Amino acid sequence: MTGRRPLIACLIAGYAFLYAPIAFLVTLSFNASSLVTAWAGFSTRWYVTLAHDRTLIDAAMLSLRIAASSATLALIVGTLAGYALARFGSFRARTAFAAAVAAPLVLPEVITGLSLLLLFVASEQAIGWPAQRGATTVTLAHASVSVAYVAVVVRARLADAGTTFEEAAADLYAPPWRSFLLITLPLLAPALVSGWLLSFTLSLDDVVVASFTSGPGASTLPMVVFSSLRLGPTPELYALATVIVALVTLLLLAAGVAQRRRPVK
Amino acid sequence: MAATRSTPPSPLHVPASPTFRAAEASVGRVLVLSIPWTWLILLLLLPTAIVLKIALSQPADGVPPYAPLLHWTAGVPHLRATWDNFALILTDPLYRGAFLHSLRVAGLSTLICLLIGYPMALAIARAPERRRNPLLLALMLPFWTGFLMRINAWIGLLQDNGWINIALGFCHLPPLRLLYSDTAMYIGIVYTYVPFMVLPLYARLTRLDTALLDAASDLGAPPWRVFLSVTLPLSLPGIWAGALLVFIPAVGEYVIPELLGGPQAQLIGRVLWNEFFQNRDWPTASALACMLLLLLLILPLVAWAAGSAVLRAARARGAGGRAIAAARQALP
Repeated sequence: MTGRRPLIACLIAGYAFLYAPIAFLVTLSFNASSLVTAWAGFSTRWYVTLAHDRTLIDAAMLSLRIAASSATLALIVGTLAGYALARFGSFRARTAFAAAVAAPLVLPEVITGLSLLLLFVASEQAIGWPAQRGATTVTLAHASVSVAYVAVVVRARLADAGTTFEEAAADLYAPPWRSFLLITLPLLAPALVSGWLLSFTLSLDDVVVASFTSGPGASTLPMVVFSSLRLGPTPELYALATVIVALVTLLLLAAGVAQRRRPVK
Repeated sequence: MAATRSTPPSPLHVPASPTFRAAEASVGRVLVLSIPWTWLILLLLLPTAIVLKIALSQPADGVPPYAPLLHWTAGVPHLRATWDNFALILTDPLYRGAFLHSLRVAGLSTLICLLIGYPMALAIARAPERRRNPLLLALMLPFWTGFLMRINAWIGLLQDNGWINIALGFCHLPPLRLLYSDTAMYIGIVYTYVPFMVLPLYARLTRLDTALLDAASDLGAPPWRVFLSVTLPLSLPGIWAGALLVFIPAVGEYVIPELLGGPQAQLIGRVLWNEFFQNRDWPTASALACMLLLLLLILPLVAWAAGSAVLRAARARGAGGRAIAAARQALP
C-alpha cells in the first residue's frame, strides 16, 4: 500500500516522544550529582536515599492501601451497575441510571474533588461522620470515580459474551443468583481483573481528588511528590520513578508470559 | 402439562413457569439496582446538589465559610439564595479570562493530540496483526509509570539549564525559556493525553472495511483522496470520542498548568483550586464548578450542531456523497 513509510515515521516519532522523558528519568536516576541538569558520573546514591526516606515510604504504603481498598469497593458496586445495564433490559429510570454511572468519566477532577469534599464536610456537620478526613474519605472518593470505569468494562464484556450460557442455566432451573455465581462471574473474570487493576492505577495516580478529600496527616504518595515537585525536581524522585517503571514492566512481562502459557482449548 | 407441574419436572424438558421466574427476577433486580443507586445518590447526586447549594450561598467568616441557605427567623424559614457568585464570575475579567483561556488551551491541545495521534492510530491499525497488541501496550506503558513522574521528567528536560537547552547549546543555538511557559504547558497536556486520542481512533480504524479503500483506489482515487473521502469521514466517531477524552480533562486541568505553566497560565481548574484552598472562598469555587459543568454539558451539543451543519453544507455541494452520508449516520 502506498504511503506506508510516512506513517511508520510518524509512529516512530510518536513513540520517541512518549519514551524520551522516561529514558531521561531512568538515566538521570543514576546520576551522582544532586542537580538534575549535570552528569557527574554513575552512582546509586539516590536509591539509597530513597530507601531511607520514611515520608515517601509511608506515603507509598498509604497510597497502596487506599488504591487496593478503593479498587475493591469500586469493583463490587461497578460490577452490579454494569450487570444491571447489560442484562436487565429496560427498567425504570434506566437512562438516568446509565448517565449517572458514566458521569464521573466526563467530570473534571477538580469538580469531583470539590463536590466530594463539600459532601464530607456537610455530612460531618449533619451526622458527625466522617469525624476527620483522611484515608477513608480518599478511599470513598477514589471508588466513586472508579465505579464508572468498572461498570464500563463489565458492561462491555457482558455484551460481548452474549446470554447463551445464562439462558441455558435458567432453562435448567438455576435461580438467578446461582446463574450469576456459576456462569456470569466466571465469564466476567477477565473484565473484573482489568477493572480492578484500572481502578487501582487511577487511585495510585491521582493527586487532585486526593488533595481535596484528604485531611491532615494522610498524604498519599502523589500528594507528597506533588508538593516536592513544586520546589523543583530531585534525583530521588527520578529513582522512585525508575523503581515504578521497573515494577510495571516486570508485571506486564509476567502477565504476557502467563497469557502465553495458558493452554489453548 | 398439569401433571408435569404437580410432580417434580424433568428439568431438561419443561421450561419454568414464566410468571414465577419473572417475579423472582424482579425482586432480585430491585436488590441489585438498589446498591448502585444508593451509591450514586450519596456520592454523585448529593455532592452535586451541595455544590449548587453553596454556589447560591453568601460567603461568610466561619467554619465552613459560607452562610446557610435557609435562615430561620421566629420559626419561619427564609431562603437566602443569591446569584452574586455567578454574577461575579460572568462580569469579573479574571474568571471570564480563565474560562476563555481554558477553552483555548483545551481546544488547541485536542487539535495537536489529533494531529499526532491520528497517524499513530492509523499506523498501528495498518500494522501486521501480531504487532498491534505490543504496540498498544507500549502506548499505555507510560500511563502506568505515574502521571507526576512524567511531568517530573519534563521539568528536568525543559529547565533553563535543562537537557533541551544543553542540546541547543551544542548546536550553537540560543537557549529557549521553556519551563513555566505556555509551550511547556502544551507539551505536558499533549504528552499526557495523546494515548487517550490514539485508543478510540485505533478502535475505529481497525473496524474500517478495507474493501471500501480498495474500491476507491480501483476507481482511480489517489491516496490522499482515498484518505479524505473514505478513511477520514468513516473515522469521525473515533475522532469525536478521542477529542472528548482529551478535551474534558484538559479543560479542568490543574496539575500541569501549576507545575509547567507560568503564573500567567490561569486556567479554570487552577483558579477554582486557588479560590478554594488559598482564598477559602467556597461559594465562588462552587459557582466556578457549576459554570464549568454547565459549559461541559453545552459544548458537545454545540460541537455536534456545528459538525452536522458542516456535513449538510458539504453534502449540498455534492462532495463525496456516499462517504459523507455514512459519516453523518455515524455521528453520535
